[in-house]
Amino acid sequence: MFGLDKKDTTLLLVVATLTILAPFLLNPFPTASGMAQFNAGYPDLMQRFVIFGIFAIGFNILFGLTGYLSFGHAAFLGVGSYAAVWMFKLFTYNVIPAIIMAVIIAGIFSLLIGFISLRRSGIYFSILTLAFAQMSFALAYSVLSNPKFNLTNGETGLQVYADDPQRFHHDGLPDLPHLFGLSMRSTYTMDVGAWSFDFNAGYYLCAAIMLGVFYLAVRIFRSPFGMMLRAVKSNQTRLNYTGLNTRPYTLAAFVISGMYAGLAGGLLAAMDPLAGAERMQWTASGEVVLMTILGGAGTLIGPILGAGFIKYFENIFSKINDNVLHQWFSFMPDGIENFMVFIVHPFVGKGWHLTLGILFMLVVIFLPGGLVDGGQRIGKWLRSRRGQKEDKTSGTTTPAE
Amino acid sequence: MSKSEVTRRGVLKTGAVAGAGLAVPTIFTASSAAAYTNEPTGGTVTLGFNVPQTGPYADEGNDELLAQQLAVEHLNGEGDGGCLNTFTSKALKGNGILGKKVTFVTGDTQTKSDAARASAKSMIEKDGAIMINGGSSSGVAVAVQGLCQDAGVIFMAGLTHANDTTGKDRKANGFRHFFNAYMSGAALAPVLANEMGKDRRAYHLTADYNWGWTQEESIVASTEALGWETVNTVKTPLASTDFSSYIAPVLNSGADVLVLNHYGGNMVNSLTNAIQFGLLDKVVNGKDFKIVVPLYSELMAAGAGENIKGVLGSMNYNWQLQNEGSKQFVKSFGEKYGKPPSNSAQTCYAQTLLYADACERAGTFNPCGVVEALEGFEFDGLGNGKTLYRADDHQCFKDVLVVRGAQNPTNAYDTLEIVEITPVEQVSYAPNHPMFGGDEATLGSCNSGA
Amino acid sequence: MDGFLLQILNGLDKGSAYALIALGLTLIFGTLGVVNFAHGALFMIGAFCAVTLQRFLSLSYTVEDPTQKDFLGNPLKVETPYVESWFGPEVGSTIIDWSVPLAILLAIPVMVFLGLVMERGLIKHFYKRPHADQILVTFGLAIVLQEIIKYYFGANPIQTPAPDALSGVANVGAIVGMELLYPVWRIVYFCFAVLIIFGVFAFLQFTTFGMVVRAGMADRETVGLLGINIDRRFAIMFGVAAAVAGLAGVMYGPINPPNYHMGMDFLVLSFVVVVVGGMGSLPGAVLAGFMLGILESFASTTWATTTIPGINQIIIYLVAIIVLLARPRGLMGRKGVMED
Repeated sequence: MFGLDKKDTTLLLVVATLTILAPFLLNPFPTASGMAQFNAGYPDLMQRFVIFGIFAIGFNILFGLTGYLSFGHAAFLGVGSYAAVWMFKLFTYNVIPAIIMAVIIAGIFSLLIGFISLRRSGIYFSILTLAFAQMSFALAYSVLSNPKFNLTNGETGLQVYADDPQRFHHDGLPDLPHLFGLSMRSTYTMDVGAWSFDFNAGYYLCAAIMLGVFYLAVRIFRSPFGMMLRAVKSNQTRLNYTGLNTRPYTLAAFVISGMYAGLAGGLLAAMDPLAGAERMQWTASGEVVLMTILGGAGTLIGPILGAGFIKYFENIFSKINDNVLHQWFSFMPDGIENFMVFIVHPFVGKGWHLTLGILFMLVVIFLPGGLVDGGQRIGKWLRSRRGQKEDKTSGTTTPAE
Repeated sequence: MSKSEVTRRGVLKTGAVAGAGLAVPTIFTASSAAAYTNEPTGGTVTLGFNVPQTGPYADEGNDELLAQQLAVEHLNGEGDGGCLNTFTSKALKGNGILGKKVTFVTGDTQTKSDAARASAKSMIEKDGAIMINGGSSSGVAVAVQGLCQDAGVIFMAGLTHANDTTGKDRKANGFRHFFNAYMSGAALAPVLANEMGKDRRAYHLTADYNWGWTQEESIVASTEALGWETVNTVKTPLASTDFSSYIAPVLNSGADVLVLNHYGGNMVNSLTNAIQFGLLDKVVNGKDFKIVVPLYSELMAAGAGENIKGVLGSMNYNWQLQNEGSKQFVKSFGEKYGKPPSNSAQTCYAQTLLYADACERAGTFNPCGVVEALEGFEFDGLGNGKTLYRADDHQCFKDVLVVRGAQNPTNAYDTLEIVEITPVEQVSYAPNHPMFGGDEATLGSCNSGA
Repeated sequence: MDGFLLQILNGLDKGSAYALIALGLTLIFGTLGVVNFAHGALFMIGAFCAVTLQRFLSLSYTVEDPTQKDFLGNPLKVETPYVESWFGPEVGSTIIDWSVPLAILLAIPVMVFLGLVMERGLIKHFYKRPHADQILVTFGLAIVLQEIIKYYFGANPIQTPAPDALSGVANVGAIVGMELLYPVWRIVYFCFAVLIIFGVFAFLQFTTFGMVVRAGMADRETVGLLGINIDRRFAIMFGVAAAVAGLAGVMYGPINPPNYHMGMDFLVLSFVVVVVGGMGSLPGAVLAGFMLGILESFASTTWATTTIPGINQIIIYLVAIIVLLARPRGLMGRKGVMED
């Protein structure tokens, strides 16, 4: 189907089902229960899951295929956001032109930076991209937000003011980003018994776009172009000796992943019309690197998992405070309750960074291929168990090797 | 792609309606048929406390959180009642707000506007928070204030000192209890003139972002009005850790006062560096060299240690204030946590009580009712003395403290001493003051999310 | 002229910190081939060795003084450090006053031990893994280390003042007969950095151990084939590198008060320094550290910022880009190191 082989089609269908059903899957606990703390099915976080999924998918096209580790991809995300908000400010709150503009501007920006940075490889490339991104951040945070020439609105973040021109905006349209009149924030809440599920217009727009670009990524991975990029990763020198100029290929991959980042930035602005400079900081670039490696670099689904993992921690674990802990353990006797709270306390709430750091280490130590690797191991283990059962019935065992 | 998306949504929607029988379109996740965002329907009402819990301002955020928890206790009639005893408005009875028990959720702003908005949204969308309180930076305050305006909940700003929060970025759903850069300038200038004379030459080091600029502008304006000369204003990158290369040129500039428009870690480092270079031991133009830090906080004072001795600055509140509200608050806070409250703690505590009181007086949680109740509200007994929430820009007006690093502190908490309590008249300004967005700045109209 | 010389001094001083961190980073990279994102955290832990020692020396017993009141109106608890009661107030307060230099004695064993544990317990398993994995695991470690410090010491900076005798300013221009006042501790820091740098080079150049390590850096396999246990020596070098970072941190405390994220503030910068110097080149790292420090100082002068607005924000990165485009492997990098 869609020019994909059977395995990829299944993967695509699985991803599609998961994203469509996400409002149900992410809200497994009844709203009033203590476990509701772990529900992630509210619009903002669901949007973040898919948007950062897009960002990581794009990053993986560069890093997973070519092995070029960019430490500056957040700059393209930031530029995309700024472009989108400027479209809102100047023309209309409709998200379509904003997103298109975000992709185009990020594409041009990544072409410029990629053209220069790709003259070097290895860590020299990483530092070049890092340098460009940090320069963009510094410029956006202060230099380009001075009162005389305010392009980014600096610390506060670029946002739409009532006195902005908004050429094509008219009464009757929502005063927020919308898709031909459908506000990105409109949400249908469905109450089923003790459960409550949110269906958010913005989320489904992001999800549809993510499915589209995920499909595109699968096609790139399976195309001759994708093969060429893998060849760059495995041995660029040999490729060069065969008389092939690899630069156009790596540059294309860089620009494509930059455009993915721009798309993610545009969507972030479309969901919430504010673009802050912190989006471009090196920590933000580092975050997408972590997402990709954590999920499994070079795999199709890995980056999406990694993005979900990190965003879940940032938004769910940071909100667990002592009050919540006491509620959880309230069924225990007082002494034990306080002890449990004392034990868990350093790892949640303001300690969520600590938990994240520990998990980074655990995943990379025990699952060299990231979360996807973990999934495969579980799958293999289940299969081998089934296999063993069959073996037992046939009465033979195969040696471990 | 977008078209098919719409139809798919249509299918989903119909399916949902058929399946559950009730699906009501709302903005944000207000429950069915709500009159406004997150209308509390059960026996509880949820407040959202959004403070930095990671990053350089984590300690500041923690202090705010402690104060907010204390406020919730007092609202629910637990503990010693705190400032409910001294508050001039007697609407609060210690039985929650409008008879509903107060609960709260917390979030981490990370002192980044993106993250702060994300955690505020999660509190509004997921936990049903009806107001957002707290924060420790002006960028975050403006960003979250805009979000709350769109979402239809009340925002109380926490620590934010830039003029813009209630200036060009003012919003109908947002209120600020903290003072601002203009007030710092207006309060400090006379004291500076008094202590240092009227013919001083000032050199400004300014954090190169929005807050820094507004503070520099305010201080320059108010000191020049008194006859001071501004020798130079130098912008320093926010990411700077070592300020030696900015301090060294001060030595030969002919300036005799250094003004550090820095906050938090920036200020701690720049002041430490300035002392290292022996600036305070110098005599320039026949006068002793002086350093001024226009915005102080207890944590900055602790971080800067001995270096703040004799350095002047301004504050929103200090626990050493001797009015009834302040004494009561320090007692409640001190007995519970074993230390006196910081000025951001007091701000967040007062804001929580004020919000609750406004709900009681309005008889509703509806943001528009609350806004109406808070606008032009005059009160006393929360620690700052007589206070007015001005209707025109939702800025709070009260006395401003000028403080100085104590020469001989007796313990870790009295490192700052109050030099003067500047009366509110002296720090007031017109709502359309040019530093506050001029005539163009408007609050807009209140949004209840309905 | 004064201004010019002062900025040179400032640059050398900033450069000292950059050079020391970059030196350690390069030692680890050059010997073990590991990209260590936790190196900034080691620098931070060094600084907190000084904080810990200061806290330890100031451990006090409390006596309630009924004549004074605390903020709640209860009798004030007056704290007297044990050190003062044991050695008498004068000697005791002198010991506390000198806690930063004394912390060097504490930091060396702590940092070497920490380095060895890190290498044997964690990094060892990552030699054969891709650089991306090394980055992820050391970054995770850096977060864990700094969160632990934050848990115990809070997020606020903590003053670790220099001893009274070494604070204040000195006239460094006296040698050439002019007045040039500069903070004493910053001069101490610079001299200390130069000493450490020379120490490390001498260790590598003039000892047998160093010679073997250098041989191992050039060709690990051949040295291994000669029957030398190169892994063990490299592990020790990791400890040395950690100690260098830690010492840089201890002595940095009086310049700017330590906080838990100071390592992250230096991390990106130190990587830029290493790469500008050239991956794997020790002299390159030192040279680039001082060079970038000086350039950064000059970029922040009013003259520079009025000529090119915002130059002070981007100078380091701009220089990095220019250097890398002009010299493919940084200033003194070797061919083939970290280029794939």
